[in-house]
Amino acid sequence: MDMVQMEWYLVLATVMMFCGIYGFLTRRNLLAMLISVELILNSVDINFAVFNRFLFPGQLEGVFFTIFAIGVSAAETAVAIAIIINIYRNMKNIQVKNLDKMKED
Amino acid sequence: MGYTIFILLLPLLSFLLLGLCGNFMKPKAAGITGTLSTAAVTMLSYFTAFRYFSAGRGADGIFPTLMPYNFRWLPFNDTLGIDMGVMLDPIAVMMLVVISTVSLMVHIYSFGYMKGEKGFQRYYAFLSLFTMAMLGLVVATNIFQMYVFWELVGVSSYLLIGFYYTKPAAIAASKKAFIVTRFADLGFLIGILIYGYYAGTFGFTPEASRLMSAGMMIPLALGLMFVGGAGKSAMFPLHIWLPDAMEGPTPVSALIHAATMVVAGVYLVARMFPLFVGYAPDLLPWIAYIGAFTALYAAVVACVQSDIKRVLAFSTISQIGFMMVALGVCTSTDPHDGGLGYMASMFHLFTHAMFKALLFLGAGSIIHAVHSNEMSAMGGLRKYMPLTHITFLVACLAIAGIWPFSGFFSKDEILAASFGFSPVMGWVMTAVAGLTAFYMFRLYFGIFWGTENRELHAAHRPKESPLNMTLPLVFLALVTCIAGFIPFGDFVSSDGQAYHIHIDPAIAAVSLTVSLCAIGLATWMYARDRQPVTDMLASKFSVLHKAAYNRFYIDSIWLFITKKVIFRCISAPVAWFDRHVIDGFFNLCGKAAAWLSEKIRPMQNSNIQQYTIWYLAGAVVLVLILLF
Repeated sequence: MDMVQMEWYLVLATVMMFCGIYGFLTRRNLLAMLISVELILNSVDINFAVFNRFLFPGQLEGVFFTIFAIGVSAAETAVAIAIIINIYRNMKNIQVKNLDKMKED
Repeated sequence: MGYTIFILLLPLLSFLLLGLCGNFMKPKAAGITGTLSTAAVTMLSYFTAFRYFSAGRGADGIFPTLMPYNFRWLPFNDTLGIDMGVMLDPIAVMMLVVISTVSLMVHIYSFGYMKGEKGFQRYYAFLSLFTMAMLGLVVATNIFQMYVFWELVGVSSYLLIGFYYTKPAAIAASKKAFIVTRFADLGFLIGILIYGYYAGTFGFTPEASRLMSAGMMIPLALGLMFVGGAGKSAMFPLHIWLPDAMEGPTPVSALIHAATMVVAGVYLVARMFPLFVGYAPDLLPWIAYIGAFTALYAAVVACVQSDIKRVLAFSTISQIGFMMVALGVCTSTDPHDGGLGYMASMFHLFTHAMFKALLFLGAGSIIHAVHSNEMSAMGGLRKYMPLTHITFLVACLAIAGIWPFSGFFSKDEILAASFGFSPVMGWVMTAVAGLTAFYMFRLYFGIFWGTENRELHAAHRPKESPLNMTLPLVFLALVTCIAGFIPFGDFVSSDGQAYHIHIDPAIAAVSLTVSLCAIGLATWMYARDRQPVTDMLASKFSVLHKAAYNRFYIDSIWLFITKKVIFRCISAPVAWFDRHVIDGFFNLCGKAAAWLSEKIRPMQNSNIQQYTIWYLAGAVVLVLILLF
């Protein structure tokens, strides 16, 4: 069987997801955190595509959803970067630990 | 008979108009508005009565019960619901005439009596409200509508007793009246609910089969309804509110606390009379006993009061006792055999409303002239106020039961009914009738003859009241003179058939003799300038005199029961429990929540990565829970 088995895709997606979570938790830079979020999203996209491909080969919902999620994540990234740029303009850095202006006291 | 709805709508409209816009009107305009609407209602009531009685009896010899209006106001289920409407039958039509007549007289009279008072417009607004409520009560198509209007008359009575709201005594009296009657109405309401449950209707003519199968519950319901009626009609021991209610303006006392509202209890029993006779015959004698005791008690107390309005208040209580006795001594619905009392009671209600309103309006006229309620400020007033004197005398003769005044005829029927029940009851009521004559003439002589308070009268010479006050007096006096000759039994009787009143000569002779003796005694004791006999008696029986003057301490007993027993032994512990245990528990919950939130507040430290860790931990825990 020369085809790559389904489990390998899932392992890849899981590894990507935890890399993303790890990155989100450890990075102090907003851009790095955004990249980590993208990693999590993409791992989910892979899952969608894989399940569609292996479990429901005759249908296209999973694939569509992947494309849809990519579109949404692109938009979300644009918004996030806009926010980050604004933060930078206001505070001259993008360290997450400085973002506590909204908290009282 | 569609126009009968205006009997209720006109006073309601006038109440709304005067209540909402009264302050923008001149007092006189407000008074005229109220009086005109009442005059229209009176005309309508007379017209209704004329049409109703002239339409004649049905084929069975009974005046038909008409319902020009009846709509479902509040449906509970398919069969049970509360209706609102207008029902006309002989007693309802009779009451319409009584209420609208007295109300109109009081409206006219108040022009003079209340002249220049602050809140003149408010006064007329409340009078209209009361008139509407009382008329709605008597034309109720079912017991629940009656209850609704019953409470409305209670409210308007409360408002009018407390009309002088700057006077602490008036406020206390209005609260007392409201609380005591409300307390009694609790019984009424429970009675209605039991009745509705077992009879399957709130109407006055339920199916006999349902009532038969209800067993003891129907007497219980009727008994509880009587408790409500006893509260409104000031039966012993719930009478305590009525003497205090005299704090209100005197015309109000005449309208509400003498002629109309206080007889609502009698009307209620009369309304339920077929049920009482049919399903609770054991209850009726107890009504008679309570009525007789109340009549006796109030008559004794009335003999020693010095405030003329209080004397009249106790005489009202006593006379309502007479009406209750008349209803209670009935044993059947056949007026020729044990059912005479029903007719007698309604007849006495009718005549009493007229002469007692006259007495109160006369008392108001006197108070207007001497600015005091106390008999000591009066005496010898016959020279100053001839019209008031004559009309007051007519009313006194009527209430004493002297031929040919109206009270003679109705009281004679009551005595006849009482003697038919048992000789003891008959003699007791005859004695009370004698007492009535005695205290009324004590009052009469104390006001118009007797020792004149020359000092006071010289400083402020009493003069006859203006025409708008004396005119109602004259009218009511004329009614009192002729009302006895109305063939009342032809209109109202217990089985609806025509009944011809015939005076039993023996009973009439006895009661006349007793009354005349009592009047003679009162004349001998009180008509002189000095009253040695009275003072001697008062000092000799000082304990009895003092007890009677203090109304046999019934008020104190009630105060003791409420304040010392109920408040201290029940209310105070319950209040403590509420304040400490129940409130404490909820305070504890609140405090615990505050403490907890104080503790977990630091978790929200503005560090997004910290949040994520909590979020992940939560997700992991949830997954673990779902997995295992």
